[in-house]
Amino acid sequence: MSWGNLLATAIAAVQWNRMRSVLTMLGIVIGIAAIMVTVGLGEGAQAKVKSTISALGSNLLTVSPGSSSSLQGVRGGLGSGSTLTLSDASALSNSQVAPAIESTAPIVSGHETLTFGATNWTTTVYGTTPSWLSIRSRTLEEGRFLTSSDMSSSNNVIVLGAVTAQELFGSKTALGQSVDVGGLPMTVIGVLAPVGTGTSATSNQDDLAVVPITTAKYSLLGTSSTDSVQSILIKSTSAATLSAAYQEANKELLMLHGITDPANADFTIATEQSLVSAATSVSSTLTALLGGIAAVSLLVGGVGVMNIMLVSVTERTKEIGLRKALGATPSVIRRQFLAEASILGAFGGAIGGALGLLGQLFLPSVIKFPIEIPGSVTALSILAAISISLIFGVYPAARAARLSPIDALRSE
Amino acid sequence: MAEDSVVEDSVVEDSVAELDDSTMDLGRKVLLQLVDISKVYELGSVRFQALTSVSFNIYDGEYVAITGPSGSGKSTLMHLIGCLDVPTSGRLLIDGKDVSRLDELELAQIRNERIGFVFQQFNLLAPLTALQNVELPLMYGSYNKRERGERSLALLERVGLTDHVRHRPNELSGGQQQRVAIARALVVGPSLILADEPTGNLDSKNAFDVLDLFDELHEAGRTIVVITHDSEVASRASRIIRIRDGQLEPTQ
Repeated sequence: MSWGNLLATAIAAVQWNRMRSVLTMLGIVIGIAAIMVTVGLGEGAQAKVKSTISALGSNLLTVSPGSSSSLQGVRGGLGSGSTLTLSDASALSNSQVAPAIESTAPIVSGHETLTFGATNWTTTVYGTTPSWLSIRSRTLEEGRFLTSSDMSSSNNVIVLGAVTAQELFGSKTALGQSVDVGGLPMTVIGVLAPVGTGTSATSNQDDLAVVPITTAKYSLLGTSSTDSVQSILIKSTSAATLSAAYQEANKELLMLHGITDPANADFTIATEQSLVSAATSVSSTLTALLGGIAAVSLLVGGVGVMNIMLVSVTERTKEIGLRKALGATPSVIRRQFLAEASILGAFGGAIGGALGLLGQLFLPSVIKFPIEIPGSVTALSILAAISISLIFGVYPAARAARLSPIDALRSE
Repeated sequence: MAEDSVVEDSVVEDSVAELDDSTMDLGRKVLLQLVDISKVYELGSVRFQALTSVSFNIYDGEYVAITGPSGSGKSTLMHLIGCLDVPTSGRLLIDGKDVSRLDELELAQIRNERIGFVFQQFNLLAPLTALQNVELPLMYGSYNKRERGERSLALLERVGLTDHVRHRPNELSGGQQQRVAIARALVVGPSLILADEPTGNLDSKNAFDVLDLFDELHEAGRTIVVITHDSEVASRASRIIRIRDGQLEPTQ
């Protein structure tokens, strides 16, 4: 019997038992749709993490002391061993030396308790320069940011994150109020616009306070009067010049620090890319986990196919007997049932795939989370549906092929 | 599969050629030859002798009724003649080819090419139209789509169902269904029409029609074997083989 005839026969059988075929397919449909949506959620999460991290500051490089690539250096304690200095930062922002670098912001930071009246709140206080605002791609909710005159006269002024302001002042106006920071009264000159909840990969971007780096170093964070800073943020002139900026910063810092062998560098320059890859590796693990769970449901769908096909073989003993009496060989019978199984799988896979794609279209607006299903996943899912159905169709098909035509014809 | 059947065809033809002389008897060609056939069923420890040493010939163009009470072994005989089963001992030759030792695959091919079955329950497939049901045996042979259609339509016309080719079994009366089944039995041009209680599920009018159709086929030179317990049906045949307790009754 030709494959075309076999397929036509199988399609006729699937159509004839429409209700049962639909129920058989249901398991496959749900399995495929579940796999697609979960993988889509995972991919969506990755994309979201990427865009959130990118939003932290475009074209951003972070220079931290030490040769380790650990990002902890940014938030670490005020070690005296820091090799980065304020003059490093100002040298890098020289457009003659480093044309690809738009601006730099040296950073020192520490945890401080902010007190306003009876309320207090402990947060991270950053000491930095006016360029921090544009490097971090932040905007102000109200008031103003640090200015160069704040820097030069080490003014006791402070800019608060939205969450910090809310915690300290509640519904009251923060602007112009004086807060006590580690014993030093400081005037609130601005509140940063919120960026939304911080991702797991970064600390909460809305709970912080920013003061002039000069004030921080000499009055506030109690560091020595040395020039050292904890890290330097670098913004390149565009995304395209990021690697040029990296090269320039690396070369300039090696020179300033008098290091000839790059392998002995006492600083590390990290791109946001390294943050992204750390974050995506987490979410891809999650995707794999969710996809695995969904795959189990597809497997259960396959068992459903086997179950219903066994019932079908029993119900159709008479048909099988007749086909054998008319000259069907066991292998033709086996292939007929395998063809039926794969048709169920193909239809189930296609319907499940369509449901998955519909989910991608309509679910995100409901769950407020992006779903991105790669095309390869759609194709693979449908393939998987067919193969699962085929595999689980093998046993019922073998049972059908083994039936004796006499017993089969006799059954009522 | 197509290659297989080509090889098998030539084997069949060879053996026919070899045995041609021995299958001639009084100028008539022996179509079916049963030699000392016995069939024993063993179900666990229970042993049941269904047929004991049965021998007879059926000649080309004959219309034979095999009759006997229920439990006499006539169903077993039908299964053996229909190549649905093989005898425990003895030889069964169809067109001179011994089919009693063939394997499942070879039996399937013999059934497909040489035997046209007509059942009491009609056994049409519900999802298929009358035409598709008639085409079914051709699907298991090597016929192309055009041949299948032509042959099947011709036979549906022969049984007077030209107006019903697109109808499914549930849209046809019992008599019409049995005529579709007869068309299906004839479609491969088998050596033998093997009918098992063909009128058992029909009212007397339709039963007469079916038996008349058998008479016509017989007159046209077909070999027909009808298994029945109905003496009226048996009386239409040109010869009656009676069986009781697994043995042939001597012919009167």
